Amino acid sequence: MLMSTLQQNHSEHIDSETGKLGMWIFLFTELFLFGGLFLVYAVFRAKYSEDFHTAADELNTFIGTLNTVFLLVSSMTVAMSVTAIQKNNRKLALFLVLVTLVLAGLFMMNKYFEWSHKFEYNLYPGSEVLKNLPRGELLFFGLYYMMTGLHALHVFIGMILLSINIVKIGKGTVNQQHYLMLENSGLYWHLVDLIWIFLFPLLYLIT
Amino acid sequence: MSNSETGSHVSYLEYKGKYKGILSWLLTTDHKKIGLLYLYSVVVFFFVAAILGVLMRIELIAPGETIMGPQTYNGMFTIHGIIMIFVIVIPALPAIFGNFFLPIMIGAKDVAFPKLNLFSYYLYLIGAIFGVLSQFIGGGAPDTGWTFYVPYSAESSTNVIYALVAAFILGFSSILTGLNFIVTMHRMRAPGMGWFRMPLFPWSLYATAWIQVLATPIVGITLLMVIAERVVGIGFFDPKLGGDPVLFQHLFWIYSHPAVYIMILPGMGIVTEIFPTFSQKPVFGYTAILFSSLAIAFVGYFVWGHHMFTAGISYGSRWFFSFLTFIVAIPSAIKVFNWISTMYGGSIDLKPPLLYAISFIFLFMIGGFTGLTLGAVAANVQVHDTSFVVAHFHYIIFGGMGFAFFAGIHYWYPKMFGRMYSNKLANIAWGINFAGFNLLYFPQFVIGLQGMPRRYFDYLPQFQTGHVLSTIGAFVLFTGLVLMVFNLVYHARRGAIAPSNPWHGVTLEWLIPSPPSHENFDVIPEIKTQPYLFGNKSDNKSN
Repeated sequence: MLMSTLQQNHSEHIDSETGKLGMWIFLFTELFLFGGLFLVYAVFRAKYSEDFHTAADELNTFIGTLNTVFLLVSSMTVAMSVTAIQKNNRKLALFLVLVTLVLAGLFMMNKYFEWSHKFEYNLYPGSEVLKNLPRGELLFFGLYYMMTGLHALHVFIGMILLSINIVKIGKGTVNQQHYLMLENSGLYWHLVDLIWIFLFPLLYLIT
Repeated sequence: MSNSETGSHVSYLEYKGKYKGILSWLLTTDHKKIGLLYLYSVVVFFFVAAILGVLMRIELIAPGETIMGPQTYNGMFTIHGIIMIFVIVIPALPAIFGNFFLPIMIGAKDVAFPKLNLFSYYLYLIGAIFGVLSQFIGGGAPDTGWTFYVPYSAESSTNVIYALVAAFILGFSSILTGLNFIVTMHRMRAPGMGWFRMPLFPWSLYATAWIQVLATPIVGITLLMVIAERVVGIGFFDPKLGGDPVLFQHLFWIYSHPAVYIMILPGMGIVTEIFPTFSQKPVFGYTAILFSSLAIAFVGYFVWGHHMFTAGISYGSRWFFSFLTFIVAIPSAIKVFNWISTMYGGSIDLKPPLLYAISFIFLFMIGGFTGLTLGAVAANVQVHDTSFVVAHFHYIIFGGMGFAFFAGIHYWYPKMFGRMYSNKLANIAWGINFAGFNLLYFPQFVIGLQGMPRRYFDYLPQFQTGHVLSTIGAFVLFTGLVLMVFNLVYHARRGAIAPSNPWHGVTLEWLIPSPPSHENFDVIPEIKTQPYLFGNKSDNKSN
């Protein structure tokens, strides 16, 4: 009986359990997408551990740590915004999503400075300087750019999702009854955070 | 049966939605119409790729250059492979029959995410167009083979990037379809339909969908890495830059081996529906078939290394992958025994769907046994990269998935279009197809064993008999296919009106009118029994 009621309502709103299940499965696929890169990292780290050690010293641990803090706090604020909307506190929810978006922006800004700093030293894929480095260091930077690049793309997509949520909370289409969109965006944002938590030690800390 | 034959029935084809005319198709979120969109696209792309295949066969009719040079030939087998694999074989069965019948067979009005479903169709279309375009524009058709092996795929000056992008987009579409199906089966089964009351075609789609979701992202990232190598010179797979080409093969086959189970599992699901219906007997070993689907999906993840026996992987891993390859044959064999046992003692009605289903078993067995030849390490070294592999692969994919597809379209055609095709024409077309198929591919086993390499546009004179037979087979098969398609297309509007249950099936799709209404069911049925109970109809799951 419950199922048939759900199905009758289905044409207007996807019920939240269904929507969340879909999102979770999508997040699995994202893990496997990054999983391929983690595998490549593992293979080359084992093969060229000395070179990886040297190359990782080039990365700025301070900026990396700062970015980790930004992402961790933003994960908290987005989770709080879901609770706020559940309690029908629209203003607070709006504020918290906005904070999340600002923190994401700060993350991207840092990333921009980090990358452009490396570009100044001609440490970009395909550059002559990089090609003359030992093979392991070359691969490390390849992985660095590909992994953080793909991650940054995900941050960017997350920012778009958050912006849509801001509009929808403002218009009231994301509200106390229907907040699936916000919840799923939050899940996505946690994934972005989670992947960074693995990238950060692998690239910055293990030197 | 509540609303059939009452006159008030409006089929999904006549249903007036928000949009009119062509837009009612292009913007539809009805799973049945999306299924048909996939069907028409697949047929068009299939004929494009099939014509490429016939052209290759013409080239091979005599040694030396017959109608095309080596570079053209390389482009042809690459695009033939890319279109056939990524545009047709991987998506076809889930996207056409899965879309159309999965919701109906589990008693739902649509899939869980109808808009996402339409979105994956468009992704599919964009990817497919990219794939075809790569043949015709700019630097020439890609010539790497559909496997994109590095380092050549990183160096070739042809349109490899287009083909890579096409495969990436098609993979994304496949992931979204799989995701949609998993959620649909978890959340939208009719009341009373527990997991073990679900028909076996949905079960096979369930196993398939998990492979789609969990394996496809890996090939996605791998293709991105090859693109990165070509565009910005990140050389994960280039030995000059410290990379490892064998790593690419691992990553590629981690997806692409499970992908052959994406291709075959729904085909097995389709014939599992057909055998009980045309034997009027419950399926033999419901649970065994169900778990063998899951076992194939699971073990199929761990056999990818058997594509790489000659690539220089370690003795230990060759042993391991060979062993698991033999293990994965067991659940397939279980299914074969179950299908045959289903027919045993049944009242067999030899209609076109059953003919195709039986020939599916025959061809799949030949493909399967030669697969074991290839799975044995020592034999593999002998026949690696010969036309033996080509023949094996086509027996599994065309003889298996392809014939299951033909079985499915003949089985569900009355439900999809509300008309009957000509049985006589269908039988003749089946005969031509079956004969042509074997004539086309069986000689390739023989010349492969004698040493004919695959992917060569030229060959030594001693292989000519086999090649000529094979080319004749290609023409016979193509004739049969044209006849089959003509029969289906011609009768879609002119055939006799189909009753709601022409084959006396008992799964849910046969309990609603042909063609179904927009929302499939006026009242969601309640399921009280196992599927496949024939005989006393009042005991079955209709009202």
